[in-house]
This record gives sequence, structure tokens and C-alpha cells, in this order.
Amino acid sequence: MSVVDPGFSPASPPPPPARVHLDAGGNARLHPLARQGLEQALTEGWAEPHRLHSESRRAAALLWGAREAVAGAVGAKTEEVHFAPSHVAALHAAVRAVALGRRRAGTTIVTSAVERAAVLDAARFVTARAGADARHDVVGVDGTGMVDADAFAAALTAPGVAVAALQHSNGEVGTIQPVRAVHAAARAAGVPLVVDAGAALGHAVVPEDWDVLTGDSADWGGPSGVGVLVVRRGVRFTADWPEDADSWFPGGVSVPSAFAAAVALQACADDLAAQDSRRRALVDLVRTRVPQLVPDVEMVGDPSNRLPHVVTFSCLFVDGEALVSELDRAGIAVGSGSACTSSALEPSHVLAAMGVLTHGNVRIGIDRTTTREDVERFLAVLPTAVATVRGMLGVGSL
Amino acid sequence: MVDARGLRCPIPVIRLARRAQDLDPGELVTVWSTDPAAVHDVPAWARMRGHAIEGSVDVDAADGAFTAITVRVGG
Repeated sequence: MSVVDPGFSPASPPPPPARVHLDAGGNARLHPLARQGLEQALTEGWAEPHRLHSESRRAAALLWGAREAVAGAVGAKTEEVHFAPSHVAALHAAVRAVALGRRRAGTTIVTSAVERAAVLDAARFVTARAGADARHDVVGVDGTGMVDADAFAAALTAPGVAVAALQHSNGEVGTIQPVRAVHAAARAAGVPLVVDAGAALGHAVVPEDWDVLTGDSADWGGPSGVGVLVVRRGVRFTADWPEDADSWFPGGVSVPSAFAAAVALQACADDLAAQDSRRRALVDLVRTRVPQLVPDVEMVGDPSNRLPHVVTFSCLFVDGEALVSELDRAGIAVGSGSACTSSALEPSHVLAAMGVLTHGNVRIGIDRTTTREDVERFLAVLPTAVATVRGMLGVGSL
Repeated sequence: MVDARGLRCPIPVIRLARRAQDLDPGELVTVWSTDPAAVHDVPAWARMRGHAIEGSVDVDAADGAFTAITVRVGG
């Protein structure tokens, strides 16, 4: 049996989407130029890039070009850019290798409370095996999800800090962090700062205030299975894994996927401003209309200092899993940070750290294909969906 | 007292809200819960409804640990 659908033809246009997909965080649809780049690289750069023949050298050249393009987009040197098999792998490697490289400086890791799970997990992993004195110092956030820059700076000046991590912005609630101030404090304290730009690259201008930067191809419309790690020259690190020709990510990554990821990132930079205002308008529509349409809703995240494409809210007395399913039945895909939607039974650590309602949470990420009609359709079905779910729990007039 | 042990979000908050509805401003009500979301969601609900959190205690009972959160009903 063939695994290739005989009816598939690359020339035939895809059918119009019958569904509304509003869960683009780390999960955006492929940028049309990324698709083109992928096809091109599959033709020209399919070979393993470490061999001596022409086919291999062509693949190596495409990979170098991809690193060059990412370097240009983030403000780095080409040799400082590395492709990872995922964004999670990039974050794990960054925390582990910098912590190990600076083990003589100390064993404390400082992060905000709202970093991605991959950062917090890596910090716990590293400190758990580094001895009784090793600490993971977690700096809290305010009700909008913004970290306390002064508290973060104070944590950096404590003796024995190996590495610190602060996201550029939070992918769940959209709030932008005071990275510039924290990076200045980190520099003064001589502590390397890992900045997770996984929710921002391709959507917002990321300032060059970092020592290590990470990004997520699938978040900006590149292929999935590609992460980016950028390590400034001079940052001390030691590989925390066996040696390999690809020293940061043993075995390397798919060259065509990495190439397509770089093409997509460049394409995003080309129309960043237009996409920004278009998506901000859609997000503002959600932020304004949802509290008018649905009673007892809490909009989450900073109202203005935020990413252009992420919007989150929580509905009181609503089962998040039931609401996601109800919206799905109505043809709309959204994300949620509620405990009932995760296998762990734990609510989103981001919502918890902010002190906002964790149940009944809806998280929307819009990509470049999202239209005003999509958002209007969501707004049209949301009140009924919430009322249905509340009705199932007999909430009535509470 | 509202015993919401073993119940998952958002049921503990709903049970608590039902109880608080019958109380006068200033009266106290305590909810017992094992749901990890309740420690975040009870204070968030109280803030949205104008109630105040009087205290939160982790209890290590013979039949399992739970959290007891006491709320003063707002007026």
C-alpha cells in the first residue's frame, strides 16, 4: 500500500478552511514562502551536510544561508546561530550548557515565575543534581504577568548565580517583560541572561538585550521541528551531552526545515509593521467585545504592553475543557491554560503566578491567515458556548 | 463549611459561591479542597465578587491532605 495519496497534487490549491483556527501559539500555519522554501530546499539541499561531495556541500551552503538569515533577523553573527530539533530542546540546552560552563561561578539559577515549562524544568533538573547548595530562585510577577525588574536585579546580585532566564514576552498572556532593564542588571552582575523569544520572533521587534536567545519556527509560520538557539561569543558554556560534529544539537537538524524556517522569519520581518497593526486590531476587538458579550469574564495580561497576536481571558464558573470542546464543536479551535485541559491536573503556572482565575481559560493566538470574519465568528458563538457550559454545571445566578 | 474535597475545578468555587450567596456581609465561610486550582481560583473569585480571603491553611488529615480557605463575605 502506498502512503502517498494518489489524488494529491502539489499544484492543486488547498480547499478553503471550513474551520477557524485561533490557537497559533507555537502552532501557526505554514507561511506560503516557507512552503516554497521547503520545496526548494528539498530539491537542492536534501543531502546530509557533513560530507565532501557537491550534493552535501549544497546542503551545507543552504544551512549556512539559513543561519545567516536568522543572524540578520536577530542581530547576531552567523556562527552564533544554531538550529535545534525543537524550541524545547533549545531552551533545555541553553540552561544546561551555560549552567555547566559556569559551575565555578555558582549553582544558582534565576528565572521569572512565568517562564515556559521547558525553562523551569531545565532549571529544576540542573539544580537537583548540582548539590545541596544549588537553588532555583524564582522571581514573581504582578497581576499583568510582568516580572518585578528590581526583584530580578536583586536576585542577580546574590552570590553564586550561574545563569538567569527571562522571556521577552509571555506566550500565554502576551505581556512583554522588562528585558532591557534586567539585561543591564545581569551584565552588571556578570551573569549571562537567556532570553526566550519563542513567542515574539516573527511578531515583534526583539531588542538585542540578551546573551543567549531562543526562538520557535512553528510560532512564526516556519515548519515545526525547528528551534533556534543564538549564543553570543564570549558566553561560557560546556556541552552537557556527548560530543558530536553538531556540538549544540547532536545529529543536527533537517536542512530543508531549517532553511524554510529562516525564509519564514525573513518574510515575517518584511511585513512586521503591517501584520502588527492588523493583528492588534483583531486582538483589541476580542479584548473589547468579550467582556460585553459574556458576564463574569476576566481579561488577562497587560492591556497595552503586549504581543500583537495573543489574547487570553478566563470565565468564572466555567470548565475550561468543556468550553474548548464546545467551541471545537462550533468549528473553532482555541487554547486553554485551565487545569482541566491538561493531563497534569495543574492549572497554567503563568495564570497561577499572576493570581488570576485559572479555570474557564481561553487562549487565542492569531496568525497571518486569521481574518476579521474569523474573529467575528468566534465572538458570535462564544456567549452561547459559555452559557451552555455554565448551564451544565447549574451555575444559574451565582 | 463547604467540603469540596475530591472535586475538580471549577466545582469547588461553584459550591463555595452557592454557600456565600446565602450568607450576610461579614460572615465567614471555609472551603476544603484538594484541587490544586482552588488555591488560585478561590482568591480570584473573591476578588471578582468583593469578598476577602481571611486565611488559607494546609491540613494534613488522616484521610488525606487538603487546603482550607476561609472567606469573609463582602457587602
